[in-house]
Amino acid sequence: MHPTGSRKPGGPVATAMGNTATGYESGGRTETQLESDGIMRPVLFAIPVVLLLAAVSVLTGVGSLAASDDGRGWLLVVESRLPRTLALMLAGAGLAVSGTIMQMLARNRFVEPSTAGTAESAALGMLLAMLIAPSLPVAGKMAFAALSALAGTALFLQILRRVPLRSALMVPLIGLMLGGVVNAITTFIAYRYDLMQSMGAWMSGDFSVVLRGRYELLWIGFALTLVAYATAARFTVIGMGEAIARNVGLDYDKVVTLGLAIVSMVTATVVATVGMIPFLGLVVPNIVSLILGDNLRRTLPVIAISGAGLVLVCDIIGRIVIAPYEVPVGTVMGVIGSLVFLHLLLSRRSHAG
Amino acid sequence: MIEIQEVTKSYGGTAVVDRVSLTLPSGGLTSIIGPNGAGKSTLLSIVSRLMPMDTGKVLVDGLDVSRAAGDVLARRLSIMRQDNHITARLSVRDLVAFGRYPYSKGRLTAADAEHIDRSIAYLGLEPYQNRFLDELSGGQRQRAFIAMVLCQDTDYMLFDEPLNNLDIKHAVETMKLLRRLADDFAKTVVVVLHDINFASAYSDRIVAMQGGRLAFEGPPQDMIVPSRLQAIFDVDCRVHAVGDTRLVNYFD
Repeated sequence: MHPTGSRKPGGPVATAMGNTATGYESGGRTETQLESDGIMRPVLFAIPVVLLLAAVSVLTGVGSLAASDDGRGWLLVVESRLPRTLALMLAGAGLAVSGTIMQMLARNRFVEPSTAGTAESAALGMLLAMLIAPSLPVAGKMAFAALSALAGTALFLQILRRVPLRSALMVPLIGLMLGGVVNAITTFIAYRYDLMQSMGAWMSGDFSVVLRGRYELLWIGFALTLVAYATAARFTVIGMGEAIARNVGLDYDKVVTLGLAIVSMVTATVVATVGMIPFLGLVVPNIVSLILGDNLRRTLPVIAISGAGLVLVCDIIGRIVIAPYEVPVGTVMGVIGSLVFLHLLLSRRSHAG
Repeated sequence: MIEIQEVTKSYGGTAVVDRVSLTLPSGGLTSIIGPNGAGKSTLLSIVSRLMPMDTGKVLVDGLDVSRAAGDVLARRLSIMRQDNHITARLSVRDLVAFGRYPYSKGRLTAADAEHIDRSIAYLGLEPYQNRFLDELSGGQRQRAFIAMVLCQDTDYMLFDEPLNNLDIKHAVETMKLLRRLADDFAKTVVVVLHDINFASAYSDRIVAMQGGRLAFEGPPQDMIVPSRLQAIFDVDCRVHAVGDTRLVNYFD
């Protein structure tokens, strides 16, 4: 009936597709090697580098840390230097992981909180909170910002679903336009109520103001980064597209909602405490993906550590170039980030869309 | 058994799938054929709950696909679509490993690793298993996706135009593989095909659709006859028997 005469039930079918099969054992061994190479080596390499950067970050600054009899050096470290270094690392790790998750949700390599209207929406939320409930503590305003960021990002994803996307570049363009519109609204309101200065602080990352007691909200962002790691496999599946995600039984809408919640909260904590650092969530995930791929269970730790490291570098540069003054980290990152972004656009890889 | 009951799906007033009722028994290979826009892929997407239906019901072993929990159904039925555009940059092995997601939720056990090894070997992908998908040829990538579905190890396996973009050698190998899934592993294989000769040569059952409706169904010897093909495709053709297989010549 069928031309299936060559089939032998239970026979050696492994070579059926015309390739040499080497058996399970070698496959299993390669897997173990890959696992250890894939996870351990980059992390083991990155951790000491970042710790070194953190030490440099603590030691960099105008005030002298030399042990004086009144213990002011120690006070400086505890009250200002250490909080600043921790804030840098927490914000960097959180934004890099958020960028990765957004790229999986939007299925586009060029998306991150500052190219999808997320950061702008968070700033609008902060502004509205200041106008509606000025007596709210920062945590309360941050919650407002998180909700606003959630709404803005959800709107972005809805637009992506409706617009025919002929090119991968359309996606960040739509995001930048949406961000521009939200930003215009925020600017208009801020101008009317004389709050332009606050707005500037939210949109441009500056860690010179960080003191003990004024950055701790970032730990919430870090906790969410850990949640992202615990659920990393789901976001990898989301990045395989809706059809494959549903085929393997993933509750697609629920995971998208979880991802949006994580990204919005992390962005809101950063905007509320130190201000947005643009391009970070774009540069780090793209470079890590290029080298290690996108199996997030394997790569998220590397992404988080590299994000922390890159922000430390930018901040150290900002503190050195015009010392004793400072260039805000957002500006340094903007320069480095836009250069890398440009490079990614020009040398667009086939899977970039 | 897959029971499709009075399923309808419309877009903007046009019924793409129009009151289709069809029962596919367990086991064997069923091909779905028909002209472009006949609703074949849409029907397959509805059966595999990738797309909601407007009215009607689909039962897989008595399990209502629009109500069943995602992972319960994912352990019973899998689908491979033709446009597998993946943003995540994954190695072949990682991709195949995600076929175990319905069982392991991302934390692979030793048993999962065995399934993964077997699927990779079965598709002859061992030399490429640590390569990224974007570094493979179209045919290799197609086989990686088949390996992923194989790794999901479901009783029902659906394929939407799996021969698209494959050269003749790989198309034949893929059809032989699907045939073996039915014969050696007692899987129920449903496949949307464009080439009627492939359908004729490898199917136990052929279902023909036209304009969203079910046109005919039956074994190849009943379906591959000039009058029916003329009615389905609106093309004059002759049918030749070559050995046990009926081949269609529509080139004049």
